[in-house]
Amino acid sequence: MSTRLQTGGRLIDRTTAQEFTFNGKRFKGFAGDTLASGLLANDQMLMGRSFKYHRPRGVVASGAEEPNALFNMGEDGRFEPNARATTTELFDGLTAGSQNHFPSLEFDIGAINAKLSRFLPAGFYYKMFIHPRPFWKYVYEPFIRQSAGLGKAPKARDDDHYEHFYHHCDVAIVGGGIAGLRAALIAGQAGLRVLVLEQTAHWGGRGPVDGATVGGQPAADWVDATVADLSAMENVVMRTRTMGAGVYDHGYLLGYERVADHTPGDGRPRHRLWRVRTKQIVTATGAIERPLAFAGNDIPGVMLASAVRDYVVNYAVSPGDRTVVVTNNDDAYRTALAIKDAGLDVPAIIDARPEGGGALMAQAIEAGIRVETGKGIAKVKGGKRVTGVGICAQAGEGAVLETIPCDVVAMSGGWSPVVHLWSHCGGKLFWDDAAAMFRPDASKPPLGSDGAGFVTVVGSADGHLHTTDILANTADAMGALVKTLGAKPGKLPALSGEDMPEAPLAPVWMMPQGASYALRSKAWLDYQNDVKVSDVQLAAQEGFESVEHAKRYTTLGMATDQGKLSNINGLAILSQSLNSDIPSVGTTTFRPPYHPISMSSLAGEATRDLFQPIRKTPMHDWHDANGADWEPVGAWRRPYAFPRGHETVEDAVHREVLNTRERLGLLDASTLGKLIVKGPDAGKFLDMLYTNMMSTLKPGRCRYGLMCNENGFLVDDGVVARLDDDTFLCHTTSGGADSIHAHMEEWLQTEWWDWKVWVVNATEQYAQVAVVGPNARKVLEKIGGMNVSKEALPFMGWADGELGGIACRAYRISFSGELSYEIAVPANRGLEFWEMLVDAGQEFGVMPYGTEALHIMRAEKGFIMIGDETDGTVIPQDLGLHWAISKKKEDFLGKRAQQRSFMDNPDRWQLVGLETVDGSVLGDGMLAVADGSNENGQRNTQGRVTSTYHSPTLGRGIAMGLVKDGPDRMGEMLDFMKLDGLTVKAKIVDPVFFDPEGEKQNV
Amino acid sequence: MSEPYVSVARLDGIAMITVRADLADKAVVKAVKTSTGMTVPATASALMDGDSGLGWMSPDELLVVCPETERAATVDGLTANLSKSHALVVDVSDARAVFELKGAAVRDVLAKLVPTDTHTDALPQNALRRTRFGQVAGAFWFQDATTVRIVCFRSVADYMHRMLDQSTAAGSEVFAT
Repeated sequence: MSTRLQTGGRLIDRTTAQEFTFNGKRFKGFAGDTLASGLLANDQMLMGRSFKYHRPRGVVASGAEEPNALFNMGEDGRFEPNARATTTELFDGLTAGSQNHFPSLEFDIGAINAKLSRFLPAGFYYKMFIHPRPFWKYVYEPFIRQSAGLGKAPKARDDDHYEHFYHHCDVAIVGGGIAGLRAALIAGQAGLRVLVLEQTAHWGGRGPVDGATVGGQPAADWVDATVADLSAMENVVMRTRTMGAGVYDHGYLLGYERVADHTPGDGRPRHRLWRVRTKQIVTATGAIERPLAFAGNDIPGVMLASAVRDYVVNYAVSPGDRTVVVTNNDDAYRTALAIKDAGLDVPAIIDARPEGGGALMAQAIEAGIRVETGKGIAKVKGGKRVTGVGICAQAGEGAVLETIPCDVVAMSGGWSPVVHLWSHCGGKLFWDDAAAMFRPDASKPPLGSDGAGFVTVVGSADGHLHTTDILANTADAMGALVKTLGAKPGKLPALSGEDMPEAPLAPVWMMPQGASYALRSKAWLDYQNDVKVSDVQLAAQEGFESVEHAKRYTTLGMATDQGKLSNINGLAILSQSLNSDIPSVGTTTFRPPYHPISMSSLAGEATRDLFQPIRKTPMHDWHDANGADWEPVGAWRRPYAFPRGHETVEDAVHREVLNTRERLGLLDASTLGKLIVKGPDAGKFLDMLYTNMMSTLKPGRCRYGLMCNENGFLVDDGVVARLDDDTFLCHTTSGGADSIHAHMEEWLQTEWWDWKVWVVNATEQYAQVAVVGPNARKVLEKIGGMNVSKEALPFMGWADGELGGIACRAYRISFSGELSYEIAVPANRGLEFWEMLVDAGQEFGVMPYGTEALHIMRAEKGFIMIGDETDGTVIPQDLGLHWAISKKKEDFLGKRAQQRSFMDNPDRWQLVGLETVDGSVLGDGMLAVADGSNENGQRNTQGRVTSTYHSPTLGRGIAMGLVKDGPDRMGEMLDFMKLDGLTVKAKIVDPVFFDPEGEKQNV
Repeated sequence: MSEPYVSVARLDGIAMITVRADLADKAVVKAVKTSTGMTVPATASALMDGDSGLGWMSPDELLVVCPETERAATVDGLTANLSKSHALVVDVSDARAVFELKGAAVRDVLAKLVPTDTHTDALPQNALRRTRFGQVAGAFWFQDATTVRIVCFRSVADYMHRMLDQSTAAGSEVFAT
């Protein structure tokens, strides 16, 4: 059984006990434990079920590379699936549950898949589920969806909040082990702005566990002293619990800080995403130990040798009384010695190398440990727990020579440098045959915008596994880096370690090397996705020779651990199967993030009410209090209508239209764009931007104008007022204010930079209220101030003045066909002005109206709407707006384009009004059918609906549409196709349905 | 709920005027000096004295800040003094919202929302930056070493206020004090 040792544990605090719950059972751990060490301390070796075969699985590793120990963490608003036990810090009250089993972790029906594993080889799903084709959608897909995924999806809204943090520095160092800290010290002493990130809660990395010595000091002491030195430097920022997640172009680095994962509910942001811009990135990300591929290497109790050492030394947890160590290198001997030191038994060290190891082996033998060289594990015995190993000759086929009873197998297949961050942006690797590892190729780094490398690798991430080499390599690399950055190196005495001479490692990709099919089909490469040696061999045999193809076919490395343990072993097996060497097979692509990060950290603050900024007019709160039914218009919210009591929105719209036509309506038009254009060349500039002539407009007058892009298509419209000789105010559509402002600036800055014109976007300076209806003048006269009579302020005129004591500018413009004023007041007084009109208007039947009433009234008048009648392919000529296109002007934006043959073409569909015979409302976008069909067998069409409404004024449906030869076909009937396949008849009519003479607006 | 670690306040009574003109033009610089008594600040910087000051917004845009009570006179003065230059003076006081952040960690709060480098080396106390806060446009400058003023469009003031409140909430300090 696994249990807590009486003494030791460098990371735990025995004075602070912490209770936690696993699958409903209550366990006890200590502060400083991870969930994995806490579970092991309570004899919970069985931690989950594998994805495909539902095999019982225990923890294999002690860090971010862990493939098996994944849990449903927390509850309700703090529930999260696939949490790694090895990277989850224990806290009091933690709740975890195992995943992927039914009905229980101990007895899982899905384990039947393991018995059927002969029939579920690699590619099984691809081969099985393709025939018969219709089965995929209705049978297979729902079935697979049911069994897909390990953890449960969260159902409750996330209780936590998240944030981003932008950080800029000269050097960002990822990894806080000996190499990372030493690199930070070198960069820090050179006066550079330095950031150091460490993914765990502790500085120092593996050095202290492995008993390293730095400059004559035990590693732990050196780490403490160095951290203290660094903390005292103002130019160095240090961060634990922060993983370097990804390296991107232009020195961009993402850091993932787990601020409050271990203190849930304390009000702090749960995660903080560091968005780092740095001149240089240093990865000191260390190395990950590789498993060995032998039969039964996934049985709970089989662990990485380094992980066993971590649990014993860091957490004082014994994974079991008797540990067999199996290795192809010297490092695993450290585990055997650590176990012995803790008073536990090591029945044997199985060393695949015929000659065995160096000084460490001598120490082990001296400590009385039996060492078997040239041997391997044929097979691990046990089901939910290791009970023993059968050992064999490594050179043979797996005949068991002897069975050794044990509880734990500590395996080591060598070390793989963590090259992920180096590779994210294109850093290349080379294969080091002697060390059997891919290492960063310093001559091919990821390149920045200046063509020079911007990532440097130090320490074991660069393939240096001994302290002396690590320190020398770090000093060299950082010295060069400091120089590159133009800084002056500080004075630091050189440091070295004290390393034992080690015998060379022997590459062992399969154990034993001639393992039979039966053994190979129980030798796991990818634990999480259940990929075995036999699966990769099958993939090679079936022609999946590219490593990327083999990966997808077998799913090797495609689980949430992204193959940290499996990739190198998998591609070694693949290369052997292809009779090729490892470098020519190559690796799969390393992509960020290094380890899964929360989606919420990416969203940062942009959740809930901060998901998206909502623009509010000065009267927004009044609208909200008065029942506005909101409509998004760009980032604005505008009232669509103001339903009253139990009224439907549709009824409210109709009431608002009729009330405005008969009495008095108020519209909040504040969102309209208001661009002030000034300068001696302003008239010339607007003549270029608008299709019609603006330079001839007289001060005090307004003119409606159209704006096209250089391709001739209509992009915006609005009323322009001339404020004085040099100054114009251009109204744009609500959605177009920012883009038209940018459009103006672009032309002024890039093309007509010598024209004397200034533009200021004054949209939000004013609240604008449309006062509309037969009683409009009465209410303005009642609140009093400026003269708003027909004579003083005629149609399409404007005047500055004061109304109700508020300075204003009044425009006599109408988008409804009614007597209408648009009054602009300073935004800070907008609400006051609006409320004044609501009060004063009571006797005149005032009602606010929303955007839908606005749309209906403009459609009744045949006024076009940008975005309805236009869709980016429509030119003003299509809309019968020839009157607004100047023929006198030499040029304007779009003029040339509109002269091209396909623009100046009578076949283009033209705007007309449409009236259904039965009075019904046509559907938006409905097509008018024509005879015959096109080459695709589709019915030919001759027109489409662009705007369609029920007109409360006329009591029937009205619509506008673009129809081939439309204006010449007045009175003709068209058939519009409905969704149900039937057609509805509509007559082509004039688009102006209401008051064609314009008498109502001009009173 | 404990106190935020940097205080957030929306300020009233601060007027803002946009001047579009060539800031390299000596006549423009002189007219600004005559109207406001202040010198046009250097690139990407501000010269602030309480509620009055000038901010460099671009080579051809100046932000003039003054108390609400001086708004009309300042607009009129600038308009008159710049009448002989090619210039546009627009009162934008109502179009903007002003927030003040106060606290030793004020730069850290900015760094949660603003992509620009907020380190003292890169952002001296006289700096003005036009940038973005979360998803909206904004500009900021320093009143003193621990006080920052932020301006944004009035339509997104609620969004800005909520975001600043969340970013200054007790417990969300980036660095221990």
